[in-house]
Amino acid sequence: MNDFPWLTAVTFAPLAGALALALFPSRAANLHRLWTLLVTVVVFGVSVGMFAAYEGGAAGFQLVERATWVESLNFQYILGVDGISVFLVLLTTFLMPVAVLASWRVDRQVKSFMIAFLVLETAMLGTFVALDLLLFFLFFEALLFPMYLIIGGWGSERRAYAAVKFFLFTMAGSAFLFVAILFLYFRSGSALGTPTFDLTQLANVPLSASAGRWLFLGFFVAFAVKVPLFPLHTWLPDAHTEAPTAGSVVLAAVLLKIGAYGLIRFNLSLFPEASMYFRTFVLVLAVIGILYGAIVALIQTDVKRLVAYSSVSHLGFVVLGIFAFSVEAMTGGVLQMVNHGLSTGALFLLVGMLYERTHTRDLTKMGGLSQTMPILAGVFLFTALSSIGLPGLNGFVGEFLVLLGTFAVSKPFASVAVAGVVLAAIYLLWAYQRAMHGELRNAEHATLPDLNGRERVLLAPVLAAILLIGVFPRPFLDEIEPSAEVSVACVRGRGTGGELLSLAPNHLCTGTIDQLGPLP
Amino acid sequence: MVIGADLPAINSAMPIWIVPLFPLTGALVLLLTGRRWRGLLSGWFASFLVGASFVSTIVLLLDFLGGDGEAALVNRLYQWVAAGSFSVDVAFRVDPLALVMALTVSGVATLIHIYSIDYMRGDPRFARFFAYLNLFVFFMLVLVLANNFLLLFVGWEGVGLCSYLLIGFWFERKPAADAAKKAFIVTRIGDSAFLIGIVFIWLRFQSLDFEVVFARAPELAAGTATVLALLLFAGAVGKSAQLPLHTWLPDAMEGPTPVSALIHAATMVTAGVYLVVRAHPIFEASEVALTIVATVGIVTAIYAGLSAIGQDDIKRMLAYSTISQLGFMFFGAGMGAYSAAIFLLVAHAFFKAMLFLGAGSVMHGLRGETDMMRMGGLRRAMPLTFWTWVIGWLAMAGIPPLSGFFAKDQVVASASENGRLWFWIAALVGSLLTAVYMSRATFMTFFGRPRSEQKPHDAPPRMGLALVVLAAAAAFGGILGLSAVNGILPAFLEPVFGAAEEPHGPLTVLALALASSAVAVVGIGIAYLVYGSGRIDWVALRSRFAGAKRASQRGFYVDDVYTGGLVAPAKLGSAFLAYVFDRRVLDGAVNGLGRIIGAFAGRGRAVQTGRVRSYALAVLLGVVGVLSYLVVRF
Repeated sequence: MNDFPWLTAVTFAPLAGALALALFPSRAANLHRLWTLLVTVVVFGVSVGMFAAYEGGAAGFQLVERATWVESLNFQYILGVDGISVFLVLLTTFLMPVAVLASWRVDRQVKSFMIAFLVLETAMLGTFVALDLLLFFLFFEALLFPMYLIIGGWGSERRAYAAVKFFLFTMAGSAFLFVAILFLYFRSGSALGTPTFDLTQLANVPLSASAGRWLFLGFFVAFAVKVPLFPLHTWLPDAHTEAPTAGSVVLAAVLLKIGAYGLIRFNLSLFPEASMYFRTFVLVLAVIGILYGAIVALIQTDVKRLVAYSSVSHLGFVVLGIFAFSVEAMTGGVLQMVNHGLSTGALFLLVGMLYERTHTRDLTKMGGLSQTMPILAGVFLFTALSSIGLPGLNGFVGEFLVLLGTFAVSKPFASVAVAGVVLAAIYLLWAYQRAMHGELRNAEHATLPDLNGRERVLLAPVLAAILLIGVFPRPFLDEIEPSAEVSVACVRGRGTGGELLSLAPNHLCTGTIDQLGPLP
Repeated sequence: MVIGADLPAINSAMPIWIVPLFPLTGALVLLLTGRRWRGLLSGWFASFLVGASFVSTIVLLLDFLGGDGEAALVNRLYQWVAAGSFSVDVAFRVDPLALVMALTVSGVATLIHIYSIDYMRGDPRFARFFAYLNLFVFFMLVLVLANNFLLLFVGWEGVGLCSYLLIGFWFERKPAADAAKKAFIVTRIGDSAFLIGIVFIWLRFQSLDFEVVFARAPELAAGTATVLALLLFAGAVGKSAQLPLHTWLPDAMEGPTPVSALIHAATMVTAGVYLVVRAHPIFEASEVALTIVATVGIVTAIYAGLSAIGQDDIKRMLAYSTISQLGFMFFGAGMGAYSAAIFLLVAHAFFKAMLFLGAGSVMHGLRGETDMMRMGGLRRAMPLTFWTWVIGWLAMAGIPPLSGFFAKDQVVASASENGRLWFWIAALVGSLLTAVYMSRATFMTFFGRPRSEQKPHDAPPRMGLALVVLAAAAAFGGILGLSAVNGILPAFLEPVFGAAEEPHGPLTVLALALASSAVAVVGIGIAYLVYGSGRIDWVALRSRFAGAKRASQRGFYVDDVYTGGLVAPAKLGSAFLAYVFDRRVLDGAVNGLGRIIGAFAGRGRAVQTGRVRSYALAVLLGVVGVLSYLVVRF
């Protein structure tokens, strides 16, 4: 099965499922739900097969598929995964069935909703596996439409404002990205003979320092909006608040990761010198994000906005890990991307379940819910603790590695970032207390049902993953680390030496940690 | 590369992880099946598992004593976290210090579990209480049996979580929920420094394993050692409720009383002392750090002693007394008297757990009453509670030959033996305060005439059992350390701390002991005069010195300063950022930009009409159009 096109299969299976779903009779809502669930479960199965075919512990891209799509443009269809993207693919396919199950109560235009979801899945997976810049850009843009529809079509009161804001922010970012990609494309024509969008070749294109910096910024703006980095984050609380539960889950768990992933995959490998140049700038933004997101989260009364701002803070940790340029921090940052997907995904699921019962997101109208829903409360606390970074759960491993790796290269940034660890405990435990502890504030809440069978089934795998990564993170770290090492070695080796390391096929560069130049 | 890979994977006959496994099993079973348990069975189940932990710790002790004299038994399970050059194992370690801690923890915990069966009887969340209690014991055992700093930190945060869950066990009551959150957050401030300390240790030693780190700690430059030691100490200050992070512990008394006894007196709060003592090679590399530890300890001891005198709530009085006694332990550690500090830790676990359980028995008999102003004369109605309390009281006050006398005397004497007379005098002042506030509470509670109408009853059998066993331990525990030089405990701990030095201060051991005892007697005498003799109208005295009384009762307003000076401004700042800066400035800029663009395009209205799909379709068509144009053109 070595020649099986695993990545194409994983990426386009949801789209095929969506096309088939389009042919279904439009009134059989349960059939639409079941079909979508089946498709997403099968996709997860295929992705597990993909992971089995992936050779562990190696750096460089694997399962690479190449085909020329548009000859005249030299636009190629190149897919491949490394130890970083492989887990983002798995995270996506793992959470999609969960999100579908969480959307069981959606009863308006179920078919369109499910189609949008499946199309979204293909677009998300595509961004993680595409190694051709134009192909990546197409997937990156294709994300917008289904997400826009999901927020705008099935969201709450201010959905139109939120959807348009989401759309315009991302579009504005991708305009810069598109220009930068085209510039690189034409530059590669003069440097390599034929212009190309192939990432592994583009990494070899010599750029002047100023060109590299401008291009870095073009990519950076697009990804910083997605992450989101302070001060480009203001679309996120609105989008999260207005999106339906599954939309928030996918938005937090996967979409934000595309930004962080893009920074590693494109900014660091294409513009190592500029990455070095802007390093302190990005680290400052990351640390501001950690503190700012946490401080603003403190005072929120809308629980969805609170979790949204906590994402700003947590993603700050991820970016801190990426731009620390140390192997430990990078590995921790990538693991933290997965962790945040699981923890914040689960938090949004739980908030959705709370909303379905209480019809409010307002913490001041909740209170004492632990009395009527002890299991939901317990699961909420478990998830919050994973987000707080309690050792033994997933968040701690990533956070610790980020702190360790950052401290090794820059003590001030790590020391400030650690305040985020304290603040996370404050805003999450306070939120938990306001919702779950105390007397029942609303008499109608006395009869609310606890988690039902479907909800337990959809939460169980996420909680299990949270615990597994906390107790035994090796299977994850062992795959992430070699790719993280290459990323760090490339950016530090090439970024400081100004010298290109040799390029092997399917590798961005063949750096090892021994070739690291000192950080300025 | 596995650091320390040259060490054998296991060199103990019985795997060490068995010890924490028992309560973990109990916790998981009870959490997952909590509501199916009927009656008191879940309580017995949990008690049995903790008892099994205690027994298996004894097996480990025998194993260790029968071994061929290794300094430690180490049991590596698997590599936990590894990335780049970093690597840390899940590995357990048994050495004399770990054994003393594990025996104390599992032993006291077993008794408190049994006590709780009576105390918590009839609570609707009975099984969950024992699940949390078992989970706590699991994490506490992980803390004391860990072989490296990161695994220790797992236990460290885990006990903090259980403390949170148990303080807030009656979460319907806002004070309980508030106290739980406060405990978690205040300790986490210290923990974040501790975490940085762990990172620092890794960078300095490329290992987190105790053997490796401590073997090389003497190489540390004094400045580095000071920073490192103080980072660790910050964690200890939070966990062990020392100044300035002590404010959570009095509030933590909102939890059920067995929790106060186990977590907030006997075990968890002593984790900070354990950390300092465990990491003593790092502290010893810095004279400054040791002096700071001793100073924080003695200042806290005196501060908390003064606060304890003003408490009317019996549990808050005991809480301040715990803070004060922990201060003594840090003082001992700072003086380099590690085995004396551990001795006091163990003795304190006995007598303070006993006193808390006694207070619980009083509350149980008085339908939850905690205000000593409404007690009095209880010695007749509750003889068992009274007589066990007397032992705990005199042990804590430091009357020979009870355990507290030997332990505290050795800690106090260590200052004189180091030739630091001012520290010694301060410690004597602390001892005097201890005797005063404990005797005051005793006279107010058990002597005089009853100040309430209630008809109290004495402790039921299972509670009584725990009281008697702990009282016996508090009475005879002194046997463990009759001499600071060659007592049982100091001799056993010698491989960890090195041989204790012969005292060389200006005063002889006997003189020091006499001074300690005299101070205790004077303290009891003062309290008797005011509260017990009947010659002084102490109720009138309270109103004459109302200001001082109030200051003492409020812990000299430290908490109020934090609330006014830190919490309120933080909330204000947060509200400013959230509602003004984020909404108006950042988002305002975006919306303004959007409006300008909208005006230019003349479509501002259409965008907001909610015709989302036609708009999306238009954009999709646009992108497809642009791309087709590109493809065709090339």
